[in-house]
Amino acid sequence: MTALQEKPKAVAPQGPPPRRRGKRATALAGTDKLVLGLMLGIPTIVHVLFVWIPALGSIALSFSRWNGIGGFEDIEWIGVGNYVEIFTEYPRFWPAVQHNLIWLAFLLIVPTCAGLLLAVLLDRELKFSRIYQSALYMPMVLSLALIGFIWQLIYTPDGGLLNSLLGLSDKPVDWIGDSDINLYAVLVAAAWRHTGYIMLLYLAGLKGVDPSLKEAAALDGASATQTFFRVTFPVMKPVNIVVAVVTVIEALRAFDIVYVINKGRNGLELLSVLVTDNIIGEASRIGRGSAVAVILLTISLGVIIPYLYQTFSKENRS
Amino acid sequence: MTATLERPSVPVVKKRTVTPARVALHTFLILTCLMTLAPLLWAVYASLRTYDDTSVNGYFSIAKSLTLENFAKAWEIGDLPHFYWNTFLITIPALIITLLLSSMVAFGVSRFSFKFNLALLMIFTAGNLLPQQVVVTPLWRLYRLIEVPEWISASGSLIDSQLGVILIHIAFQSGFCTFVLSNYMKTIPYELTEAARVDGASVFRQYWQLTLPLCRPVLAALATLEFTWIYNDFLWALVLIQDGDKMPVTSALQNLKGTFFTDNNLIAAGSLLVALPTLVVFFVLQRQFVGGLTLGSTKG
Repeated sequence: MTALQEKPKAVAPQGPPPRRRGKRATALAGTDKLVLGLMLGIPTIVHVLFVWIPALGSIALSFSRWNGIGGFEDIEWIGVGNYVEIFTEYPRFWPAVQHNLIWLAFLLIVPTCAGLLLAVLLDRELKFSRIYQSALYMPMVLSLALIGFIWQLIYTPDGGLLNSLLGLSDKPVDWIGDSDINLYAVLVAAAWRHTGYIMLLYLAGLKGVDPSLKEAAALDGASATQTFFRVTFPVMKPVNIVVAVVTVIEALRAFDIVYVINKGRNGLELLSVLVTDNIIGEASRIGRGSAVAVILLTISLGVIIPYLYQTFSKENRS
Repeated sequence: MTATLERPSVPVVKKRTVTPARVALHTFLILTCLMTLAPLLWAVYASLRTYDDTSVNGYFSIAKSLTLENFAKAWEIGDLPHFYWNTFLITIPALIITLLLSSMVAFGVSRFSFKFNLALLMIFTAGNLLPQQVVVTPLWRLYRLIEVPEWISASGSLIDSQLGVILIHIAFQSGFCTFVLSNYMKTIPYELTEAARVDGASVFRQYWQLTLPLCRPVLAALATLEFTWIYNDFLWALVLIQDGDKMPVTSALQNLKGTFFTDNNLIAAGSLLVALPTLVVFFVLQRQFVGGLTLGSTKG
C-alpha cells in the first residue's frame, strides 16, 4: 500500500496517442488510504481464506493419510502414496476418469453444436425470436439437482415418458439403472441445460461480429456457409475460448445430477463424487480424496491459465 | 465479454414475404422449443394427476381429472415453507454481501493503479473457475476449527451453520462478480471520479455515491444471476450442513425424495415448487439474467 498512484491512462502501443493528461496530485489522504485498503483487503482476505487456502490445503493433504476427524497430530505424511494407490489400485478411479472424459466430449460436441446452430438461426430478424429464446434459455435457471428429479420422471421404467414414447412399455428399459446407458441418459439431461447457455454465448458473439465483414465476404461471392465458417466463426475466437472454458469447468464440476440420481455409483462415478465421498459418503480418507481433488485442480488449471492469459493480456493492451 | 448490457433491439417494421425457408425455420424452432419445454411440461402434467389415476392408467395416458392436491401435499409433507425460509436466510445475505465486497474490489482495481491490480483480479477470476471439489474437503475441516458463538451455530463452529454456507458463497461468488464489475467500471469515464476528487470527495464517497449508482444495470444483472446460482447451490450446503433441518430447499430435495417415497406425482409437484422461485425470477427478470451471463461469460 505504499505506492499509491492514480491510474495512468493505458496507452495503446500503436495508433494516435490519447489526450495527454497533466500530472495530477498523487497523494491520497491518510483516511482515504485506510478506507481503500479495507475495501480491497477485506474481500481479498475472505476470498483467499475460504477459496485459495483450502485449495492449497487439498494439495498438502493429498500427501497425507488422515481420517479428517482427529486433530492435526493424527496426520501421517506418506508422500505420493495416495497417487500411487489411486492410479494402480483404487477401482473407482479409472471409471470416473473415463466418465468425466465422456462427459466433457459429450458437452463439447452436442450442446456446443446445437447451441451454435440455434444461435445462428436466431441471429436475424425473426418474428417471435424473443419467445424462442425464452423457451431455450429456460432450463438454465434450474439447478442440476432439480433437473435430476425432473428427468427421472422421463426415464423411469415404471411409466416413464421415454419408454412410453418408444413403445417399450412392455419391456421397459431402465435408463437410469442400467450402468451401460445411464451415463448417456444423464448427459442428455445435462446437455438440455447446457445448450441454452452456449446459445446465449454465441448469440452475444454473433451480435459482436462486424456486419461489414460479412458484407465484404458476400461481395466477394462467398456463400452463406462459406462466410460463416471462413469469416464469422474465426472472428468469434474469444467466444469459442469462453465456450471451451465453461464447458471444461462444467464437466469437471458435474456432481449434483448424478448425486441425486444414485449418489454417483453404478455407472455414474465421477471424480467429483470420489472427492465428496470422503466427507459425506462412507469412505473417510481425506488424503486419497484430496489427491483426486488435486487431479481435478491440475486439469482445471490447464484451461484456467490459458483463459486468464487471453483475458488479461488483452486487457493490458487495450 | 464486452461490458455493455444487451440493449433492447429496436423493432423494425418491414413487410416480409412468406418464403418456404422462413416456414421451415419457424417449424424447426417451434419443434425445438417444444422439445426443450417438454420435460418441464411433463412434470407439470404428472404433478396435476392423482396417484390413483397414474397407478392404474400409467403416466402416458389422458388424465381422468386434474388437481392441485399434490402441490398442497408436497408443501405440507415436505415442510417446504421451513426450507424456503432456510434458503432465504442464506441467499439474501450472501447475495448482498457478495455484491458489496466485489464492487469494492472492482472499484479499487479499476479506479486506482496499484502494482498488484492485475494479480488481484486474476486471483478472483481464477478462484471462481475452480471446481468446488478442490476446495471442499479442507474447507469442511477448516469450518470445524473456526469457533463461533452458540447463538449463531448450535455446533459452536462454522460447520453445520448457515453462516458457514453464506461465507463460502460470498467467497466463491465474489470472484465472478469482481471480474464483471471491474470490467464494467473500467468503461466509466475516468474524468468523473477525478472531478469528484478535485472537489474533495473522499474515496468512499467516490465509490458509494458516484460509482455504484452508475453500476445499477450491471448490479441488477448480477443480483439476478447470483440469486439463481446461490438458490440452486446443492454441493456447499450438502457438505457443510449435516443437520437436515437447516438445509436450504435445493439440498433438502434429496431428503424429500425419501419422504415422498416413490410417489412420482408428489416428487414432480415438489420439484416444481422448488423450481418456482427461479422460474419466476427468470420470467420477470430475463433481460437481467441474460445480460449478466453475457457480461461475464466465465461461469459454468
